[in-house]
Amino acid sequence: MVMGVILGVFAALGKTSKILPLRIIAEVYIWLFRGTPVLVQLILWYTILSQTPEFTIALIALGLNEGAYMAEIVRAGLEAIDKGQTEAAQSLGMRYGQIMRRIVLPQAMRVVIPPTGNEVISMLKTTSLASVIALSELLQRTQNIYTCSSCDGAFHPLELLMIAAIYYLILTSIFTVIQRYIESRLGDRRAGEAGRFGDWFGGRMQQAIGGRRA
Amino acid sequence: MPAVAFEHVSKRYSTGEHAAVKDCTLLVETGAFVVLLGPSGCGKTTLLKMVNRLIEPSEGRITVDGEDIHSLPETALRRRIGYVIQQVGLFPHMSVEQNIAVVPRLLHWPKERTSERTDALLELVGLPPDEYRRRRPRELSGGQQQRVGLARAIAADPAILLMDEPFGAIDAITRARLQDELLRIQAQVRKTVLFVTHDVEEALRLADVLVVMREGRILQAAHPRTILSQPADPFVAELVGASDLLRRLSLIPIGETMHPLPTGKPAELPIIERRESLRAALAKLLDSGGQSLIVVDSGVPAGLIELSDIYAAARQAPSAEALPA
Ligand SMILES: Nc1ncnc2c1ncn2[C@@H]1O[C@H](COP(=O)(O)OP(=O)(O)OP(=O)(O)O)[C@@H](O)[C@H]1O
Ligand SMILES: [Mg+2]
Repeated sequence: MVMGVILGVFAALGKTSKILPLRIIAEVYIWLFRGTPVLVQLILWYTILSQTPEFTIALIALGLNEGAYMAEIVRAGLEAIDKGQTEAAQSLGMRYGQIMRRIVLPQAMRVVIPPTGNEVISMLKTTSLASVIALSELLQRTQNIYTCSSCDGAFHPLELLMIAAIYYLILTSIFTVIQRYIESRLGDRRAGEAGRFGDWFGGRMQQAIGGRRA
Repeated sequence: MPAVAFEHVSKRYSTGEHAAVKDCTLLVETGAFVVLLGPSGCGKTTLLKMVNRLIEPSEGRITVDGEDIHSLPETALRRRIGYVIQQVGLFPHMSVEQNIAVVPRLLHWPKERTSERTDALLELVGLPPDEYRRRRPRELSGGQQQRVGLARAIAADPAILLMDEPFGAIDAITRARLQDELLRIQAQVRKTVLFVTHDVEEALRLADVLVVMREGRILQAAHPRTILSQPADPFVAELVGASDLLRRLSLIPIGETMHPLPTGKPAELPIIERRESLRAALAKLLDSGGQSLIVVDSGVPAGLIELSDIYAAARQAPSAEALPA
């Protein structure tokens, strides 16, 4: 989860970056890992890194998957912060890194925390997927399914999984385009609501912090 | 050497059809209080932001203390220039103290020096440090937030201060008080100030040099009295309300018009402070129904002013209608 959040922050920064290559890397990463089923990702990683311990594989696979989801959450958080904040920070002579670290990210986190809570919960459920069912066993079973369904066993599980993943990617890409369209139509209103929510949440946080200080 | 010099500066945004700023040339003397005045969209903010390179000019050159701003690193340049914006400027997740200490921290000042400076600045802007240090921006009124914004902008003692409609969203009474305090602070710290507003009263009140802009161009840059008495064109005249007699009187200090106190004058006349304007004197005279006032300089009688002096001063200032259109 921690890995997911960190990856998510970097991917979101990449996606909002002015530097085109960074943005493309971040976009592709998010598109791939958000667009394919986590189970498929798990099995793929297992197949590719067959030497590595299962725990590490689960960690890598879930971390990467989580990062892609978190990236979208964090991006929404970053966009909810008033542009005036960045400008004020710039005018005080802060560099990009300082502005992100000290000004924008701390504020974005307030907006980001509630949906992150959701993510933690669903993540916990996913981990059970990886741990309760032993991975090797899972893989064995899926392989059985594949060999049975293919008449002469000519298909390899990896390829089949790839094809499944690609179908998913196509589907999710279509939905992403639709989502973009709706977002852009609702653009201003959505940002406004996020901002207001941030205010509310920030207020609560302050009360909590202020209370502890006093 | 001027503190800030604009040399044939233009700015064309990639999306705009017209240039937002067109061929602006302006020399700002060190310690001057320069007010940029003009209707919405005339390019005031754009001109201001080019000084600390939040916006890059498309053409022309800007120098700060004789140095081309392009020869300086952005961050170094910006730390020499304070910038106060409307409302959103403070960081909501930081206390007042932390907000003010942003630049000192960037400059790695020792902790003690920073906190001493923070307290001194809070005093300067009229917020008792013990009460306000730990507050969050949200727990301050709009006027108080502006004070903190000002304190933050001058924390590392920049020689130049840019202010973009700092009092725009504040009620008239508080605004007048903040203007007074700004003048008081300015008398104490003597910055070179570039101040944007579209409030004419505010501009006339604060400016040493008033710069009137329209559609990206500078129409006139002069002392407010000169602009009122000799507006460069009908647009300027109309914008500043040069035909308004009271407005012109409000810019003439009593000190310039009074005469010496005759000996043995009875002291029961109403009094007025020397730094007040003729407009204030006229108001007081009309109020009291008398013919003359005693002018005092910090409580000590310094002279006498009569209704006829005010009439004479009003007649002297040439009126805008008399100018060729
Ligand atoms: N980032 C931008 N991109 C494109 N055009 C811009 C941008 N910022 C400002 N403009 C345009 O440039 C012109 C000048 O804008 P500017 O913000 O300098 O005006 P202003 O005098 O500060 O107005 P106001 O008093 O309303 O703040 C306007 O026509 C505006 O639409
Ligand atoms: Mg503006």
